[in-house]
Amino acid sequence: MTRPARRAAALTLPLVAFTGVTFVIPLATMLVRSVHDPVVADALPDTLDRLRGWDGQSDPGEAAYAAAARELLRAREERTLGRVASRMNRVRSGLRSVVVRSARRLQDFPDGPWRAVMLDIDDDWGDPATWRAIRTAGDRFTARHYLNAADLQRLSDGSIARQPPDQRIYLPLLWRTLTVSLGITGLCLALGYPIAYLIAHAPPGRAGFLLGLVLLPFWTSLLVRTTSWIVLLQTQGVVNDLLVAVGLVADDGRIALVYNMTGTVVAMTHVLLPFMVLPVYSIMRAIPPQQMRAAASLGAGFPRAFLRVYWPQTLSGVGAGSLLVFILAIGYYITPALVGGQSGQLISNFIAYHMQTSLNWGLAGALGGILLACVAVLYLLFDRVGGLERMRLR
Amino acid sequence: MRASRLADRLIAPCLGDARGEPAPARASRFADSIILPVPESNTGVALDPTSRRSPAAGDAEYVVFDRVSKSYDGRTRVVRELDLQIARGEFLTLLGPSGSGKTTCLMMLAGLETPTSGVIRIAGRSMRHVPPRRRGIGMVFQHYALFPHMTVGDNLAFPLEVRGLDPDDRRARVRRALELVRLEGLEHRRPGQLSGGQQQRVAIARALVFEPDLVLMDEPLGALDRLLRQELQYEIRRIHRDLGVTMVYVTHDQHEAMVMSDRVAVVRAGAIEQIAPPATLYEEPDRSFVARFIGENNRLPGRVTGVRGDICDVDVSGRQVQALRVVPCRTGDPVLLSIRPERVSIAPAPGRYTNEFDATVDDVTFVGDHLRVRVTVCGQPHFLIKIPNVVGHGAVLEGDRVRIGWTPADSRVLDADADAP
Repeated sequence: MTRPARRAAALTLPLVAFTGVTFVIPLATMLVRSVHDPVVADALPDTLDRLRGWDGQSDPGEAAYAAAARELLRAREERTLGRVASRMNRVRSGLRSVVVRSARRLQDFPDGPWRAVMLDIDDDWGDPATWRAIRTAGDRFTARHYLNAADLQRLSDGSIARQPPDQRIYLPLLWRTLTVSLGITGLCLALGYPIAYLIAHAPPGRAGFLLGLVLLPFWTSLLVRTTSWIVLLQTQGVVNDLLVAVGLVADDGRIALVYNMTGTVVAMTHVLLPFMVLPVYSIMRAIPPQQMRAAASLGAGFPRAFLRVYWPQTLSGVGAGSLLVFILAIGYYITPALVGGQSGQLISNFIAYHMQTSLNWGLAGALGGILLACVAVLYLLFDRVGGLERMRLR
Repeated sequence: MRASRLADRLIAPCLGDARGEPAPARASRFADSIILPVPESNTGVALDPTSRRSPAAGDAEYVVFDRVSKSYDGRTRVVRELDLQIARGEFLTLLGPSGSGKTTCLMMLAGLETPTSGVIRIAGRSMRHVPPRRRGIGMVFQHYALFPHMTVGDNLAFPLEVRGLDPDDRRARVRRALELVRLEGLEHRRPGQLSGGQQQRVAIARALVFEPDLVLMDEPLGALDRLLRQELQYEIRRIHRDLGVTMVYVTHDQHEAMVMSDRVAVVRAGAIEQIAPPATLYEEPDRSFVARFIGENNRLPGRVTGVRGDICDVDVSGRQVQALRVVPCRTGDPVLLSIRPERVSIAPAPGRYTNEFDATVDDVTFVGDHLRVRVTVCGQPHFLIKIPNVVGHGAVLEGDRVRIGWTPADSRVLDADADAP
């Protein structure tokens, strides 16, 4: 390594370390967690060992019962039983109480035969499905969370099937997140493009003022902005009051504008608008005003000059702005959480739910992984089709 | 499209008569070349050098500026009551310092700016309500204004596409336009992949490809280096001669104006100071601003002491100089004498010139083809004399006392320009 190269490396080292600690490592941990779950495997190694050669249908045998009884007791003493039970419960619901109760009652039995003892504690121990669930939960590496996140399940025979229709949550949610984000991107473009055009073609003083207006939301707390939308949009809010005053809406027929998808779309469009305006504006600024004059002198009216000369030159800005808004939108959390109500929730809100409330970090990781994959695919598509590089010819 | 063509037909009778040409033929030619190009054998200007137009009577007022003024802020006028006539087929240059309003004039002619007052007419027709795209004027912009996202071929095809030509015809015309500017085979390049000179040729080709009668150029060579600029100056002049189009060219480079133009209009502060062929402008400036702006000159401030016909006696710091009266002046008027540095002789045969004075050499500079000698004469320092670097040019040295002389015809009495530095 040459001296300048070493110098450059040394200068970037703090940033690399910071990014590694605060971004790469947590991200990697979550992604690993979505496929790797050693809790059951660590707690019940002997039991799982006994179940390895088992056919899944017959009785697992006294040795398995003995190992399970011993290891459940030990897990209870080491206070890991709760985590083990909840992992098993995710594979087969109802198993949590079976496991917890059995472990408590097993203290009263100094010795076997363990099969009889456990069957005596709970009939479920005689069901091969219980043992299959333990075996499944004992896999260190599992696609379970990803199957779950894609509304799929593994049947007892090992094949993969869709969840029953009433339990399909995540695919419709992902679809909703993508379409809503696309809609917000479209709205931002429709609202932001004319503004960017106005600013790019305004005299310097006014351009600075208008740009300040666009940037104003950046300097205001996101929470304040979002709650102001609640003030504006709620049933007794400003917008509804106005509509009633004008007579467009009856007083008893006030429109629900917030705590639903409308609220999410309105507030998110507002929050994300600067991310569209700024890249488009910076591209427009680089287009010499003579371009449109030249088009006019060559015989083109404004519509044609705009479509053939101006618009194509702003495409890289439109692409960059759209990508930015879309990627931010599909991962947006706080605005839907505050103004989305029941129907306005996006995938990030479910990720947060699994992180904070259900504590199913594996599923949260899997949902996050799917989101990450969506963004990556989109970016690659954009790069391939839109060709950012091809646009920069000036 | 159809409507404005009809409009041309309707106003045709009054147009045609003024120019002494059969009205319908003239009108439809004008309309066609602007709006609906028909096969070029019988339309405005063909890109084929053999069909050069011969100037016809009545073409002297092809483009007319009639008391045109322009103000951006409503107070200061960028262009002041400007009158200008440009003949069909002429190469006219608007020459002036930056901020003199010459580009504004061009933009108003192209329709990209609107005159505050006054009328611009092209071929007798007022352009007041004609938008730029209907004027059919080819325009070359200062920084080319090529469309960077289109290939050279698409750039050139754009005006043809707008006019609804079919693709085969477009291709043929694009090819011919590229031949004209000697860029054959570059159709598929993008402007960004071309050199500055090539880009400028493409811009010129694009302004010509739809065969306009009038082509405007706004300092098109400003961004190029000197050699390339010279090459393109000759190229533009060749194209002008081959096609016979009317060209209006804007520049602040007097050399460029002299090389290319049939006539040069020297513009200052929104008005034309003098409009004349280049040689006249150089040899016979009738305003001191023009004398200063075109070429180098020596300016001696003085006061008129006597007038005898064309010749004035002028007192310059107590010395009497005989000079040619160019502007009206009376005894006692303050004036400025303009003397070209190459018209001054050093150590002439005694008695050869009416104006002979003693001078002290301040410094001598060798610049290749000539020597620049600065002397103090009549109490005025920095009086420049150019001695051609030919065999036997008399060597002068700094500090020498020499005798210099010039004829009354080479010292021109001009207005005492108040703004002169």
